Amino acid sequence: MLKALGYFIELLKGTGITARHFVVNMWFHTVNLVGIKTKRKGAVTIQYPEQKKELAARHRSLHRLMKREDGKPRCVACMLCATVCPAECIYIEAAEDPDLEIQKYPSIFVIDLKRCCFCGFCVEACPEDAIRMDTAKIDLAQTTPEDLVFGLDKLLK
Amino acid sequence: MTDIGILLIKIVLALVWFLVLTLYLTWAERKESAVIQDRIGANRASIFGIRILGLFQPFADAIKMIFKEDFVPVFSRKFLHTLAPFLSFFFVAITIAAIPFGDDIRIAGKTISLQIFDANIGLLFVLAMLSLGIYGIILSGWASNNRFALLGSIRGAAQLISYEVALGLSLVGLIMVYPSLRLSEIVRAQGSLLLGFFPAWGVFLQPLGFIIFLFAALAETKRVPFDLPEGESEIIGFFAEYGGLKWGLFMMTDFMEIIIVSALLTTLFFGGWQVPWLSTAGFEFPWGWKWHLGPWLVTALEVAAFNIKVFIFCWLQILIRWTYPRLRYDQLMDLGWKLLVPLSLLNILGTAIVMSL
Repeated sequence: MLKALGYFIELLKGTGITARHFVVNMWFHTVNLVGIKTKRKGAVTIQYPEQKKELAARHRSLHRLMKREDGKPRCVACMLCATVCPAECIYIEAAEDPDLEIQKYPSIFVIDLKRCCFCGFCVEACPEDAIRMDTAKIDLAQTTPEDLVFGLDKLLK
Repeated sequence: MTDIGILLIKIVLALVWFLVLTLYLTWAERKESAVIQDRIGANRASIFGIRILGLFQPFADAIKMIFKEDFVPVFSRKFLHTLAPFLSFFFVAITIAAIPFGDDIRIAGKTISLQIFDANIGLLFVLAMLSLGIYGIILSGWASNNRFALLGSIRGAAQLISYEVALGLSLVGLIMVYPSLRLSEIVRAQGSLLLGFFPAWGVFLQPLGFIIFLFAALAETKRVPFDLPEGESEIIGFFAEYGGLKWGLFMMTDFMEIIIVSALLTTLFFGGWQVPWLSTAGFEFPWGWKWHLGPWLVTALEVAAFNIKVFIFCWLQILIRWTYPRLRYDQLMDLGWKLLVPLSLLNILGTAIVMSL
């Protein structure tokens, strides 16, 4: 009987914790609904499509290819990114550039996002700083797999 | 003829109250659990882009359930399989008849009680109907012809006998204090004052009885922490073979039981529709103030008081459901037979001694 009394006190304590959460959160919900801004909110939820979390400075998002001043891609088709890529999702075909300073440029540069694991090795490997992953675009879902294969036109945008 | 008309109006109003409250209790449960867990909860359901805190969610759920396939397994007993959820639903829905919503009102010289079925065995009627609800569960497990569902319903039956005794015995003390089984008379008796100023509610006269009844009634609703028949988190429950609207009926039964238990707790222990110091003429405070109110205002206040008390108990039950884990099987038996039954017997003894003094 005494043990049961001890359990009963613990039950009351547990109910107290959830009731406290309810009352405190309800208070902040009500205050915010009335229009008073508080630092603390009633819920930690981020309402995703409308509200977005701020991405970290080093967050790796969709790739982009950098351009030179004249609009040509900075990439010199050295194949370092394609080599280092653990998912083997980069395909490059090189072509000759008449400019002797550049010599090579990618005629085809395809990143297959179906395979990409967003490790960022390609960015680190690039000697020309031609590929970056700082577009802050993270909602990449598509309805067909073909739409996930990004070519030069999309990457240079 | 007018009597039958009045009765029909009362039945329709009570059922509408009951079902609307049930619908919105599903919403309230989701919202309350979300607030407890620092979340927001269902708020996306909208009509033409208007979403008021997700208040349309119950309708979205209902539409979804109606358009689901009404699946009946080939190996089940088809008639009983269909009958079970309706039995379950019926026995809970009928209990609302005995709950008094307010004091008698007078329209054109007629006295109308705000209660559908004012029987002199009202309390026994409610308890009997709530106990009969278990037939729906046993039948569903049996008719599903699925051993897991059958085990679930057997757990439900075993749970029933371990709390039902305490449930009945905890109310004996109350019946001794307000010597009646008629629910309207129990509520009227709670309108009197103790020592001239304190409302004579059941919870103040029978605190131990109230706690035992609260525990047993929580077991009656078959929700966490007493959700052995269902056990949705890991063990398979009695409605394993149900889907769509039939499953929805079982779920609605659960929520209706919450409301009925809240209404019973209110009626028996918290003065029903009584507002402290409010009589038919208006407020009469013990320190001598008087505040005259019209009869309609008094009735409205009483019905509002009943509703607020019911809401508070619904809130409490949802809070309890989102706080505790499930009791193990033997722990429930221990709680029922070794703790609640002796305590309720003690309560009867204590009440008898105090009353004979």
